[in-house]
Amino acid sequence: MAALQRRIGPARFAWVFLVPNLVIFGAFTYLPIALNLVYATTGGLAVLPGERSFVGLENFASLLDCKNYLDPSSCSKDLFWRALFNTARFVALQVGFMILFALITALVLDRKIRGRGFFRGVFFYPVLLSPVVVALVWRWILQREGVLNAWLVAMGGEPVLWLMDAGWSFFWVVFVSIWAHMGFYTLILLAGLQAIPKDVYEAAEMDAASPWRVLTRITLPLLMPTMLVVIVLALIKGVQTFDEIYVLTGGGPGSATMLIVQYIYETGFAAQPRLYGLAAAASLLLAGLLMILTLLQLRLNRKSYRG
Amino acid sequence: MATLELDRVVKRYGSLEVIHGVDLEVPSGAFCVFVGPSGCGKSTLLRMIAGLETVSEGEIRIDGVRVNEVPAARRGLAMVFQSYALYPHMTVRQNLAFGLENLRTPKAEIARRVAEAARMLRIEELLERKPRQLSGGQRQRVAIGRAVVREPEIFLFDEPLSNLDAELRVQMRIELKALHGRLGNTMIYVTHDQVEAMTMADLIVVLSKGRIEQAGPPLELYHRPANLFVAGFLGSPKMNFLPVRPAEGGVRLEDGTLLPLPGTALGFAPLTLGIRPERLLLEGAGPGSIEGTVRLAERLGAETYLHLDTGAGALTVRTGGEAAARPGERVPVRLPGEACHLFGPDGRVIRCAPRG
Amino acid sequence: MASLAGPGVVDLLTRTRGKGRLHWTDWLAYAYLLLGVFLMFGPVVWVVLSSFKSEAQLLEFPPTALPYGQPSVRVEGYEEPLPLFRVRLPDGSVAEMAQVRRIGIQAQMVDPAAPQRVIRVDINEREPVRTLSLATENYTELFERFHFLRYLWNSVFITVVATLLMLLVNSMAAFALAKYDFRGRDVVFVLTIATLLIPPTVVLVPVFLVVSQLGLLNTPWGVILPGAATPTGVFLLRQYMLTIPDELLDAARMDNASEWKIYWRIVLPLAAPALAVLAIFAVTWRWNDFLLPLIVLSQSEQFTLQLALNSFKGEMHTQWGNLLAMTVLTLLPITLVFGFLQRYITSGIATTGIK
Repeated sequence: MAALQRRIGPARFAWVFLVPNLVIFGAFTYLPIALNLVYATTGGLAVLPGERSFVGLENFASLLDCKNYLDPSSCSKDLFWRALFNTARFVALQVGFMILFALITALVLDRKIRGRGFFRGVFFYPVLLSPVVVALVWRWILQREGVLNAWLVAMGGEPVLWLMDAGWSFFWVVFVSIWAHMGFYTLILLAGLQAIPKDVYEAAEMDAASPWRVLTRITLPLLMPTMLVVIVLALIKGVQTFDEIYVLTGGGPGSATMLIVQYIYETGFAAQPRLYGLAAAASLLLAGLLMILTLLQLRLNRKSYRG
Repeated sequence: MATLELDRVVKRYGSLEVIHGVDLEVPSGAFCVFVGPSGCGKSTLLRMIAGLETVSEGEIRIDGVRVNEVPAARRGLAMVFQSYALYPHMTVRQNLAFGLENLRTPKAEIARRVAEAARMLRIEELLERKPRQLSGGQRQRVAIGRAVVREPEIFLFDEPLSNLDAELRVQMRIELKALHGRLGNTMIYVTHDQVEAMTMADLIVVLSKGRIEQAGPPLELYHRPANLFVAGFLGSPKMNFLPVRPAEGGVRLEDGTLLPLPGTALGFAPLTLGIRPERLLLEGAGPGSIEGTVRLAERLGAETYLHLDTGAGALTVRTGGEAAARPGERVPVRLPGEACHLFGPDGRVIRCAPRG
Repeated sequence: MASLAGPGVVDLLTRTRGKGRLHWTDWLAYAYLLLGVFLMFGPVVWVVLSSFKSEAQLLEFPPTALPYGQPSVRVEGYEEPLPLFRVRLPDGSVAEMAQVRRIGIQAQMVDPAAPQRVIRVDINEREPVRTLSLATENYTELFERFHFLRYLWNSVFITVVATLLMLLVNSMAAFALAKYDFRGRDVVFVLTIATLLIPPTVVLVPVFLVVSQLGLLNTPWGVILPGAATPTGVFLLRQYMLTIPDELLDAARMDNASEWKIYWRIVLPLAAPALAVLAIFAVTWRWNDFLLPLIVLSQSEQFTLQLALNSFKGEMHTQWGNLLAMTVLTLLPITLVFGFLQRYITSGIATTGIK
């Protein structure tokens, strides 16, 4: 190292520190971005780009080929559209309810609570579990002879095949995903709440503000920047949801819970033949969506720092 | 306008007692300043009056009515916080109006009071701005304005000037005093700065370690301090303290000089003699004359503080701006008997210097 | 809204000043939190309890809360141990007897003390004797039959090597970006941060190609290398290193330290708090990673615990016992780490906003 430094001089030595990182980024991020474009515009079953034939925008065209965009079964790649619709529905429900419950939990934890650290940890614990473990835990609970059905029967109900019914299956996918990730957002919202100066609350108390007015006029407005960041973050993560649903339902029954990333995975890796071109085109469409969301988040971030 | 009474007020956090039975009566319309070193309990006491802290024992009365259980908002008080605690997401106008809206004051009345307060505090052109767009002094005015619009019986100020620079502080001091003159409300003002206390108060309450050391008008406390703590706390530079022993017809300084103090009740215990820097005379003739070496001369222009080492102890003398003494020089200094305070071994005053 | 929600809900969500005694809304808050404890811990606790149940008991419906076993006894004249039942005899008395066999709705029972006489009873007249017992075979079988140690080793190897590599590579880049002024620095920084915009899911197909062309398919390195450079890590460490005063580096240069030594002996130790936070994140990312291993590792001897769990789910659809035991062993390390470092992890996340 010392000899190397003598040869290239201390100032340019910075590049020595940067090289490993840049090489890895180059091989596994920058190059793949370029390759993605190649794949998306070529057809055939070959893995090597050189052996693939250029097809222009054909992959995109077939993905977007629909008679009626509101009816997936009228599209030539109906599974893609089902996955897209599922993802939209999933993200809307998951992010909406998750942020709501995370907010409620954060507000409760922000009260003068004994053992706040413990309770905060409780809600956070599932965040650290792997998606596979999360899915298996809930599969065990939701199976036909599972504990949930046992309760249902004990209450006089009929057992339900939770993961075999399209509606229930979607419900549980949303529920489990909220269960697994809510703690993270609770934590960030709680940090936001605790960053509100205490004396502002005291001033409001002197100002005769009712608890409801303190919540709506002081707490929530001051939490708003954090809320926006959290919502966009949850959207970005939500759109990319794959593992826990893949293990919990496998996208089923049918394609009732198949989301967009699973579609990409199935098209490119699980299905025979492997349609790399189609998968790459779909992932570019996903990338576009994520790019918009991320830019939105960066904007909000900058705003909230300034604010 | 309201009177405020504290009756054996105690504050405990668990088993830790921080306020030990405070008795106080603030007459209606008075400007009362709580002053003391940090940690003396003055802010806690103010927050108890405000209703932000519970009262562990004793009674707080406003206009003779017990308010211990009355929530902060219903005590007829308004408070100006040290950090101002302006609502950061509201405009100045919304900040001023928020408290009135909470009380369901009619819209027209809110507008009238906000306009009036804004005019009085000269913040009319700032009404549509957010707090972060204001300077320190402007925020301070808004914080006061938020208290003014409430038209409270009593104003509470928690070290409101401590975040301002020195120049602005002097200016705001004058404005606050003027505001008091105009409104005439009872005001309770907490500070650790004895200059603020002396200049603004009608009634100073000196606190230390959760107890009232002395309460009274500023000059009364300055000239007739009840104990060593008050004597030392008020006045700048500080009062000089010298250890003395009782002697026939007076007290004897450490260097053996007899200082005649007629009419002093005597004993045998060692005492402390106190004398203000401005009452020391740089002259060699007469009773109570000693000599000292100038250690340091602080020249402020209009006056000079001479720090002397004498056989009786260190002394600070306040003298004219043109004083000729230089460090290392020996100068005579006289302690006039009529300027001397005497404090007993327990710190209580035994003899006060007559006013002069 | 206020009237709809009612004062109770309103007070629950608004800040209590906690003066004096507990208000009833405080009780409501605690009730909510206890419900949270039940919902968040309950499923995991249930899996842990279930993992100690025998295969037969797992099929029972409704399930019991605790793992029970049916004891069996050796009876003279029978080769296999016989299961014990509590039997109501025709004379109304109740006795503990071993079952020889069951024929339709009739069961042949024998008294272990007097093995000669076999009695026939209606199966409704007998119920199994139950004692608390842990079916540890769910766990031991994992080691004996299911290559658990192989998967565990794969997971540990990938987690440890990938974390160390990531800390090294990311901190080097962060150091260069934080402490050197060179042409192109801003370009590199922007390029690094811009990769935040490219989540791994988006480049799945070409990453697979690159990994396979490098000959890394079905090797742990195929999972370790793609994740070794992260924009999050570089950014987090760079921000932290910016707070280390430049004078310190200059002082070291005056002391004749080489640039590498400055990085290794001065900047890295001082960045320890940020490294620790990143290390905890990296360990959980790696340990829980699924999609990348799923496409890179297709041979079962290369599987990580997560992949093995996923494949068992299909393979052993009926063997919940082993699957549950493996689930428990997989969540155990993370649970222990969390138990010890809870405060550290939660405050780390609250301040950095990443996970």
